[in-house]
Amino acid sequence: MIDSLDQIFVSLKHWLVGLTPEAWQPLVSILVSIVPIMALFGTCFAATTIFERKILGRAQNRLGPNRVRAFGVKTFGLLQPIADGIKMLTKEDIVPFAADKVVHFLAPVVLTTPAWMLFSVIPLGRNMAAIDLDAGILFFFAVGSASELAVFMAGWSSKNKYSLVGSMRAIAQMISYEVPLVLSTIPVLMLAGTLSPSQVVEAQGVGTGFFAHWFVFTPWGLSGFVVFLIAATAESNRSPFDLPEAESEIIAGFLTEYSGFKYALFFLGEYIGLFAVAGMAVTLFLGGWQAPCKALEFIPSYLWFFGKFAVLIVFFIWVRATLPRLRLDQLLALAWRFLVPLALINLVVAALWHFMGSWQFIAAMPVRWGICAMLVVLPFVWFARLLNGGKVAPRKYRYAE
Amino acid sequence: MLGLGIIKGLVETGRNFVGSYFKPERLVTIQYPEKHLPPVEAARTIPFLVYDGKDSMKGLRCTACTICETECPPKCIYIVKDTVKKPDYLGKMQNQPKVFDIDISVCMGCGICVEVCPFESIKMDQVFELSGSDRFGAMLLHKAQLVKSNDYFGEICHEQATQINAARADDVRKAEAKAKADADAKAKAAAVAVSNAAAGVAAVAASSMTATPGTTQPDSKPAPKAASTSTPLPAPSKPTVPSATP
Ligand code: SF4
Ligand code: SF4
Repeated sequence: MIDSLDQIFVSLKHWLVGLTPEAWQPLVSILVSIVPIMALFGTCFAATTIFERKILGRAQNRLGPNRVRAFGVKTFGLLQPIADGIKMLTKEDIVPFAADKVVHFLAPVVLTTPAWMLFSVIPLGRNMAAIDLDAGILFFFAVGSASELAVFMAGWSSKNKYSLVGSMRAIAQMISYEVPLVLSTIPVLMLAGTLSPSQVVEAQGVGTGFFAHWFVFTPWGLSGFVVFLIAATAESNRSPFDLPEAESEIIAGFLTEYSGFKYALFFLGEYIGLFAVAGMAVTLFLGGWQAPCKALEFIPSYLWFFGKFAVLIVFFIWVRATLPRLRLDQLLALAWRFLVPLALINLVVAALWHFMGSWQFIAAMPVRWGICAMLVVLPFVWFARLLNGGKVAPRKYRYAE
Repeated sequence: MLGLGIIKGLVETGRNFVGSYFKPERLVTIQYPEKHLPPVEAARTIPFLVYDGKDSMKGLRCTACTICETECPPKCIYIVKDTVKKPDYLGKMQNQPKVFDIDISVCMGCGICVEVCPFESIKMDQVFELSGSDRFGAMLLHKAQLVKSNDYFGEICHEQATQINAARADDVRKAEAKAKADADAKAKAAAVAVSNAAAGVAAVAASSMTATPGTTQPDSKPAPKAASTSTPLPAPSKPTVPSATP
């Protein structure tokens, strides 16, 4: 019974595919995988836009959007995404006279398409990855880096200084943060011994013990998770790393010359990218669809996945409500002088953790934990000191003579 | 340590998030079209023309002197003088505007027209819901749309209006006293042609203390009028001049 509930979507798909003639089955199988994913995360996108604004409002002691009515019925603003969608679709699509029209048109497509492709390798539940690629994690990061290209296409083709500055910032930021993002996943791949997302999730299961072995519950996993989250925030251009779009500085960055549906596509692409990277964080560090302990395994696996996913999204929104934007030099210093060294040290910690796992003597566990935790915390404190230049004081301004 | 400040910030926003659901007084915004904030006396948007009494055209203070038209920096005031005159609050015949237009899409709300008007005729309004569906016609306000009663002015700028009203009442009183003195003087002059100089002293003493005996009546006439225009002027200029130097 529990198993059939857990596998209900998988069985449904098999049943649907079985209904069609044999020659069509590969095509139908693909469609049946794609359509629910797009529908589901499309809905997630709509829901996130409204809840993000609501949470941001409440965090700043405002009410947030609460106006939209449908046929005279109050909806407490819950229909805001529909109103926004209608607005976006009916707006004039302005293309600058001097713009490179083809590239300007292609940029939103190039951003959104790879973002959707990222979901194909994320296991949304037990046996619920659209494609179970052996090198799925590699695929994820390879496809994910296409968004840099799209952002630069948008900035370059707009023939606008703000767009160009924005896309330059985006390139600097995304390439810098790609490094810690990938480096922080390597320990996971080392310890799980595979590049397949499904097998990474399997490796974090409850197994014979009582509690699940989520990687985040180890010293190297926690460190990797934090680095991954920071880098993921930067990768998806979200506050406090929203320099490419910094409204108060460069209007809307690479989005300046976009309007109407193209703007909506960019908006969609960025959120989908965020969802994908949050899904990957869940897969790599938070045990994917695994329950945290044996007693809770009766809850279907996909619910576990989406629960963790929702927590991460809310956390991203919460961070956005809290932190101000970084300066460009602070942003790059954080990547190269803090996250990259931490991620590199984390490789060593993960290796040590692996080898110390075979120690047999008494108190081997506490020693293993102590050494690894120290190797994580000490560099963190040390690099944080270096990042601040050892002192925190008001900045002194020098003016040109 | 790095991260402590971030956690503190997260706690703060988290507290706001939860608190705003349980304590409505935390909310700093109001639901605008349904609720309005109480008006602020120093607020100003576009100018309007003040009139006294009931009839907006008869009581209009504007004398079509066109000073405001000349001084307005973006030149958004347009005045055409009428050929017929009408009596002002002192009973003196004054010009009146036939056309008085302000293009509020051009007006920048600087309040200079208010500063320069010698007749307390133009004042800054506080209305702000001025949007219209017509970009040109609806934004060009004519005389009939610009006039508002002195009572309204008293409502939005109570202190200033009280001062001006007092000054104007004073003017009226002085003018009456003077008219009476003039009438007395004339009567006396007609009756006793010999004691001319003595009656002149009495008349001047009634109107202004500074006048020397021997001044004749036509010379002393502008004195109360000059006082009426110059005394209230500093009052409206006060709120707009920033008191930067202590
Ligand atoms: S407020 Fe300034 S801009 Fe507007 S009418 Fe008066 S002088 Fe002109
Ligand atoms: S300055 Fe005053 S009296 Fe003169 S035209 Fe303007 S509003 Fe009328």
